[in-house]
Amino acid sequence: MTDWPSLPFLALLVPLLGGTLILLAKPFGLRLQRILGLLLTLGLLFVSVDLLEVAFEQGHRVYTLGNWAAPYGIVLVLDALSAMMVSLTTVLALAALWYAIASGIDRQGAHFHVLFQIQLFGLNGAFLTGDVFNLFVFFEVLLLASYGLLLHGGGRLRTRGGLHYVVINLIGSTLFLFAVGALYGLLGTLNMADMAQAVADLPTSDLAPVAAAGLLLLVVFAIKAAFFPLYLWLPGAYAETSAPVAALFAIMTKVGLYAIIRVHGTVFGPEAGELAFYHQPFVLTAGLIGLGMAALGVMAAKGLRNQVAYLVLASVATLLIGVGLNTPQALGATLYYLIHSTLVAAALFLLADLIAKGRGSYADRFESAPAMPQAVLLGGFFLFGAIAMTGMPPLSGFMGKVFILDAALAHDWSAWVLGMILVSSLLMIVAMARSGSLLFYNTLDGASNGEALNRPGLVSVLGLFLISVGMVVFAGPILGMTEAIAERAYDVGPYVDQVLNTPTQDAQWLKGGH
Amino acid sequence: MNLLAFNLPLVVLLPFVGAAFAAWASRLNRLGAAYTSGLVTLLSLALLMPSVPLPFHDQTLIQTWDWVPDLGLYFSFRLDGLALLFALLILVIGLLVIFYARYYLSAKDCMGRFFAYLLMFMGSMLGIVLSENVIQLVIFWELTSITSFLLISYWQHRKEARQGARMALAITGAGGLALLGGMILLGEMVGSYQLTHILAAGDLIRAHDWYLPALILILLGVFTKSAQFPFHFWLPHAMAAPTPVSAYLHSATMVKAGIFILARFFPALSGTIEWTLLVGGAGLITLLIGAYTALFKHDLKGLLAYSTISHLGLITLLFGFGTQLAAVAAIFHIINHATFKASLFMVAGIVDHETGTRDMRRLGGLIHYMPHTATLAMVAAAAMAGVPLLNGFLSKEMLFDQAVIASSISHWALLLPVLVTIAGLLSVAYSVRFIMDTFFGQPKSDLLHTPHEPPRFMKIPVDILVVVCLAVGILPALTVSPILETAVAGTLQAEVPDFSLAIWHGFNAPLMMSIAALIGGVALFLKRDTLFQLYQRHEHVDAKRYFQASLQGILNLAQTVTQRFDKGSLQHASAWVIAVSLAAGIVGFAGFNGSLLGETPVQSVDTLTVIVGLLGALAALMTAIWHRKRFVSLVVIGVVGLVIAIGFVKFSAPDLALTQLSVEVVTIVLLLLALYFLPQASPKEINRVRLWRDALLAGVSGIGATLLTLSVLTRDFDSISTYFLENSVPGGGGTNVVNVILVDFRGFDTLGEIVVLALAGLGIYSLLQGMTLPAPKNDLRGRLWNPDKHPLILQTLTRLLLPLMLMVAVFVFLRGHNLPGGGFIAGLIASVALIVQYLANGIDWTRTRLQIDMHWAIGLGLLIAIATGLVMMAMGYPFLTSAFRHMHWPVVGEFELASAIAFDLGVFLVVVGATVLSLVQLGRLSHSSHAGSTWKS
Repeated sequence: MTDWPSLPFLALLVPLLGGTLILLAKPFGLRLQRILGLLLTLGLLFVSVDLLEVAFEQGHRVYTLGNWAAPYGIVLVLDALSAMMVSLTTVLALAALWYAIASGIDRQGAHFHVLFQIQLFGLNGAFLTGDVFNLFVFFEVLLLASYGLLLHGGGRLRTRGGLHYVVINLIGSTLFLFAVGALYGLLGTLNMADMAQAVADLPTSDLAPVAAAGLLLLVVFAIKAAFFPLYLWLPGAYAETSAPVAALFAIMTKVGLYAIIRVHGTVFGPEAGELAFYHQPFVLTAGLIGLGMAALGVMAAKGLRNQVAYLVLASVATLLIGVGLNTPQALGATLYYLIHSTLVAAALFLLADLIAKGRGSYADRFESAPAMPQAVLLGGFFLFGAIAMTGMPPLSGFMGKVFILDAALAHDWSAWVLGMILVSSLLMIVAMARSGSLLFYNTLDGASNGEALNRPGLVSVLGLFLISVGMVVFAGPILGMTEAIAERAYDVGPYVDQVLNTPTQDAQWLKGGH
Repeated sequence: MNLLAFNLPLVVLLPFVGAAFAAWASRLNRLGAAYTSGLVTLLSLALLMPSVPLPFHDQTLIQTWDWVPDLGLYFSFRLDGLALLFALLILVIGLLVIFYARYYLSAKDCMGRFFAYLLMFMGSMLGIVLSENVIQLVIFWELTSITSFLLISYWQHRKEARQGARMALAITGAGGLALLGGMILLGEMVGSYQLTHILAAGDLIRAHDWYLPALILILLGVFTKSAQFPFHFWLPHAMAAPTPVSAYLHSATMVKAGIFILARFFPALSGTIEWTLLVGGAGLITLLIGAYTALFKHDLKGLLAYSTISHLGLITLLFGFGTQLAAVAAIFHIINHATFKASLFMVAGIVDHETGTRDMRRLGGLIHYMPHTATLAMVAAAAMAGVPLLNGFLSKEMLFDQAVIASSISHWALLLPVLVTIAGLLSVAYSVRFIMDTFFGQPKSDLLHTPHEPPRFMKIPVDILVVVCLAVGILPALTVSPILETAVAGTLQAEVPDFSLAIWHGFNAPLMMSIAALIGGVALFLKRDTLFQLYQRHEHVDAKRYFQASLQGILNLAQTVTQRFDKGSLQHASAWVIAVSLAAGIVGFAGFNGSLLGETPVQSVDTLTVIVGLLGALAALMTAIWHRKRFVSLVVIGVVGLVIAIGFVKFSAPDLALTQLSVEVVTIVLLLLALYFLPQASPKEINRVRLWRDALLAGVSGIGATLLTLSVLTRDFDSISTYFLENSVPGGGGTNVVNVILVDFRGFDTLGEIVVLALAGLGIYSLLQGMTLPAPKNDLRGRLWNPDKHPLILQTLTRLLLPLMLMVAVFVFLRGHNLPGGGFIAGLIASVALIVQYLANGIDWTRTRLQIDMHWAIGLGLLIAIATGLVMMAMGYPFLTSAFRHMHWPVVGEFELASAIAFDLGVFLVVVGATVLSLVQLGRLSHSSHAGSTWKS
């Protein structure tokens, strides 16, 4: 383990500097850009491992950007939760990037690798920042990078999906400014830890506007996290974009969710008096309704990629339920499910692309087509993915659901949670059995006009699936880890103390003088 | 190394590993898969052997490893009498089925897949019966659903196979989920997922509030898996599977998994009135419906399927009685049914194999062609009918006995002996029919080929099973008694009650019932033609149709709901977002204490401010009203921007005003370029409802935003901004606080924002790369564009202005740290200067004179900004720490050099690069707008 003071910042520096260098390397060709992209992402993987170790061993680590102490300057805060998110993102990015290179999708337009790295910069920034306005900036970075990636490769439907995505998210950005502006006006600060203190000391007469602004901010995150009924941008955008981008975007909804856990969980956390966790019932309700709607969407889907997009929505809704249950145990279970659902959803997007290419002109539509090349192999993969994603045993989806159900029993709404999760699982199982049967069993005679299987691309899917298996075998230690993370996330005190008491370095000799 | 410390998981996992080997072996040799599977099964059996004596000595073997101990999940296995009985059934019958299937499957069928699935199924089934942890049990339970889906759909080209498989998966999958729910409740009640604890906590469970929900959920699992009414209908459709699968899964093992749960949780759940009503009721109905329907099935496998349903009902009914002796009878019948039903399925498979049909109306007289098979069938069918000296007789007597005992409970219960006798009678009738219509009577001539005995070895599994039927039937005490007693001990988790397995109990009620059933059954068979006619006259409930109709119903609902909500319409989606935001604001204000407005009095406003403010509002309104004339609305929206800039000036924010102005200019140019390619007028919105909806949303949003702002502004403002004012000069080395905030206090935000800008430029570039759009040749009224693309005066003037504008940019840039200005504004000014050149002189003219790839400007700008921060990092300070020095140079005089200026230079470059890149890219989209000419000059 290497540990130096700037470690948290490295997770941002690597992709930012990397993206810039890849941009400058453009005249030297795609090959160099690819190598740089892979090396940088691998480098980021090492950084993530370090981050995890440091976070677990030392608790919170605060990095004062510009040597300005919180709450005046911007700080990055490394803790177990943010380290986990950064690591998850990196693993996902590696699989997506490998697939993009293996399938040559990165060749279909300019700047794929630049956008990819900057996207990682935005993601890691959103996970690490301790400042609400800085979070807004990273949301903008994310939005622009993801919009560029969404449209990568072009096409009518893709552009349409991208437009919906960007317009809805721009409304979200505007709302973000309203909410942050109001909160700054009321609390006088932008640093999350400082805001938490301000809310704890809030005079009763100011509760209402703060509550309203907090809920507006929740709506902003809810758009990102694809809450019901704000998820309408997602199915079109995810189903129409290129496979590696859709795979990488499996983490995008989790950014919104993370922001809720981080911002609302801190500012409106256990110390917030009347406002303590006042947002959670909304999260839980949105999750319950959203899960039902998503399950119906999975059933109604007419193509595989659309179906996977709705499966993503279902997994997000399940996560919302877990967060909304509002106990450390439930959050621990949710984080386990979050890792699982992110990786498996990504794998399914990649797999859907391989299947669609194998079926040629039939693409991923649910209609009978001639058998695709390597149908048995792909069918096995599909079965695996379907089992994992619908939460059937013995894969990680099942474990995650069991953990969440177990945690739900303590809640007043446990019957609703149990019922909704089990019924929606059934609907999704039925739907996936139907689509698998259509894609692999109910085939027409004759040869497919699709492409041969891209085996290097399949490696990404395999890798992600293997992690799912690993998550079952090592469910104990992994759940132990996510539960520890959840415990710390609920223990806001040390976070606030550490952020507000991290001193800056003496830099007097740099300032002024003759 | 003690094998007893870890053999159980090996018994379970070996078949899964073996499945991979079987699939692989089939590539080497067509029969390789079969032999591998047989070997794997034998090996599993051998691994089980050392622990077999334990249950006989009343010992329970438990092997546990930690899995997720926090939640009570253990990788945990258990061998007691009940588990042993089931494990032996699964392995031994599995072995026989593998043997049989090796002959059954034709050369066309893929052996590897079949045997791999079969082994995986076997492993899952073993997992269910050997689990100590109930969540682990559910895992294996669902695995049997998945593997049985694969096995039923093995002949995937057949529609009925695919449909049957999906139906089975839907029903048993649903049951599995319910079972999971039940187990989680059970675990919560007991505080443990370990069977040992659950079985010992029967009293606690039965007294718990959650007993009934848990019981119902668990029974849903049981009834779906074991094909109990009203979920029985999937089983006949699962018969689309190859016959070895039917013999194994759908008679001997998988359908017994539900029964297994009844037995397993008997000590924990039974003994309540709810248990008796639910379990006994479902069992009784299933027993009767199954037996009745079986009589009318012409398909051999159909008959056997309904007979299986009926016998499963029988076992369920016995468990429903809830007494210990009934449990003994139930366990005994499990063994008996497995033996005679598996052999009958194999016979059906042989008949199908040899004649090409299973329709009893087309069969007959087969005894002449296959006497051996016919003999086996007769013995097995006699066992099914409950003929004395066969095993089925013994357990059926026990049922009758239990029914008579139970009849004393109430008046209604008096019906019980009658009903079970009727069921027995029906079972005799269909057993007789199975034999008579297949093997006796006139041979039919329209068969595909002349039937003959199957290969000798194909019959061996049937031989063995039939011998067991006889041995148990004649010498029960010597054969089945020890294992039965052990299994009962395992089930009850208590002393085994006294029971007698004798054939002769004297002339008692059960014997009378048996005789009545036998005579009545034969009589019924003889009258069968009349019965069939009667049967056909009535409509019959086709459960499959209902199932598919309800599935279709759900599908339709799913599609309607999804299409209604996910319309793919941006307006619809945006309306939801805005409506939810409004709701959020209202709920926040309404739900908590505190007035809408604060204490601070609202300042009075002067007339000029009001007029300018109203002008802005009017302009915003007109933009909306004139939105269909895009050019006009663009001009009007410029007014809004201008008013905002004036507002900044009024409230002493010259930096913001400057930024706003220059952003406004660049944005308008950008929009103008974009408008050029868009339709010049928007279509009229004709949907009045939507129009009013949108107007309402917009109006309320405006009011909401105003109120929120007022609410904030009328409260005390006590913020961190004083710190910025105090530290701007000593800490940031600049007197322009806005600029110091931008490049120092919150320089990292600015870094993020220039990344955004860079992304916008690169994004526009890559989106429009290689794209050409046809542009209109005339304006809205049909007038051609002015042919003079680059008016001379404009050209001359802009070329003259260029150095001047750049000078202004440099000036604004340099003064930025202390006076209004800075890299961002300077960058915008420089961009405007360059863009004007492109506009006035054309892209190609400008490019030959300005040979800078704007990609470089962006990249370099970012690099400079980052490097500024990195230098400080190298010196051991955090990223973007600023440094400054007061310098005194001759001539220049006193000035200050701040590291932030380098950062600002990066900002400047990115702004110029991104702005020019995107505008030029937009400008060159079309090369054919001016009739006959191009943008080239």
